[in-house]
Amino acid sequence: MTVNEEQTIINVALDDLTREVEGLQADGYRLVQIGCTDIGGAYEVNYSFDRDYQYRNLRVTVGPETEVPSISSLYWGAFVYENEMHDLFGIPVTGINIDFKGTFIKTAEKYPFSVTRRGGDQCRNA
Amino acid sequence: MSKRIVVPFGPQHPVLPEPIHLDLVLEDETVVEAIPSIGYIHRGLERLIEKREFTEYVYVAERICGICSFMHAVCYSQGIEEIMKIEVPDRAHYLRTIWSECSRLHSHLLWLGLFADGMGFENLFMRSWRLRESVLDVLEDTSGGRVIQGTCKVGGVRRDIGAEKLAEMHRALDPFEEQCRDLGDVFLNDDTVKYRLQGLGVIPKDEAYALGAVGPTVRASGVAIDHRETGYAAYGDLGFKPVVETTGDCYARCAVRVKEVYASIDLIRRAIDQIPEGPLDVKVRGTPDGEYFSRVEQPRGEVIHYLRGNGTKHLTRARIRTPTLANIPILVKMLPNAQLADVPVVVLSIDPCISCTER
Repeated sequence: MTVNEEQTIINVALDDLTREVEGLQADGYRLVQIGCTDIGGAYEVNYSFDRDYQYRNLRVTVGPETEVPSISSLYWGAFVYENEMHDLFGIPVTGINIDFKGTFIKTAEKYPFSVTRRGGDQCRNA
Repeated sequence: MSKRIVVPFGPQHPVLPEPIHLDLVLEDETVVEAIPSIGYIHRGLERLIEKREFTEYVYVAERICGICSFMHAVCYSQGIEEIMKIEVPDRAHYLRTIWSECSRLHSHLLWLGLFADGMGFENLFMRSWRLRESVLDVLEDTSGGRVIQGTCKVGGVRRDIGAEKLAEMHRALDPFEEQCRDLGDVFLNDDTVKYRLQGLGVIPKDEAYALGAVGPTVRASGVAIDHRETGYAAYGDLGFKPVVETTGDCYARCAVRVKEVYASIDLIRRAIDQIPEGPLDVKVRGTPDGEYFSRVEQPRGEVIHYLRGNGTKHLTRARIRTPTLANIPILVKMLPNAQLADVPVVVLSIDPCISCTER
């Protein structure tokens, strides 16, 4: 059976992120994941939520040096994804409840998933 | 107040052969705080998507984990099929369901054995793994591989299971279920097991939901989230209901997995009864252009493959959120107030898979 799941993706401004997340939390959504995509010179950050298998996705686009506010005060478990955002992409996240300051995922090279920050594709093992 | 000390747990520990580290802050023998660290073996498999054609990446997806390997392939293939609007034949959906449930069976039996070992119940460990071997034999018999099946591909499946083999599997299910129920009876009713697990690592329903936990871990706290309910693959035809417990302790997490073993046997039985004749795959034409968050219920919970293509043969992004990553926050909340001697059992109760986490 084809899935045919409706997946809502809403682009939001960084300044509105916390308010939008508060709204979803008040509506009973759970945090599913936070993930980043390097789109060349900037990053898309996807905040995914679910309630009764209804998938909603908030998307913010940020520059490499833009500070992103943590949502861990709203969703305590967000710290794993936010530390991952920092360690793999170099995105600075402010106010994480458990901030590993770059030691959550220990990689031989800094920010291995960020082509933007590294100035080109240096994926050595591919 | 007693003096606080920090005891390191892992990255190498007898009950957990995979590397995760916890700094356990103790007062006497009681844990007051646990701080996790991962990333010892991060493989960067997500970036490999940029160097492999979208049809080839199924092989990489299967190698994210050695236990739920087939389900990673299903999740990835399903994501590509959604982007490209590929209609997979019904027989392929049923075969995917049968192999997925075999994977869940062997994963849960593996976990039950490891959990028994963690409790010091060696005989129960051996009984669990003996039963797991028979599931691995079926996987090998039907796919050629015990660990990596290699049967799922974009557009369907590579191999069929013939009518004779399906009938043989069906006949074997009754005695297998009887053995599983004998085993489950010990996990569910043995006094020493209950004494060891009940009231340990309790997480209430609201907290489990708020922490974003998934799989048997959240269902043991009374939250009925199981992505099979959405009806992907053949689950929509088979009429699936999640297994839920309410006490939220280590015993409940064990009970959910024991009962999911029975549920998986039943799903395989019904899938064999209902499997339609027909083709195994469709030809894949074109390249993926778009994005999709593909979700599948693995033994440890919901896995997500976020896939994004730009119309070329290489995807631009694969982001894989594995269930263990989602269950780390709840683990951190389970450990405070546990005794040091109980920490291995509490950690094992979320069925951590660091191989998945370090994709």
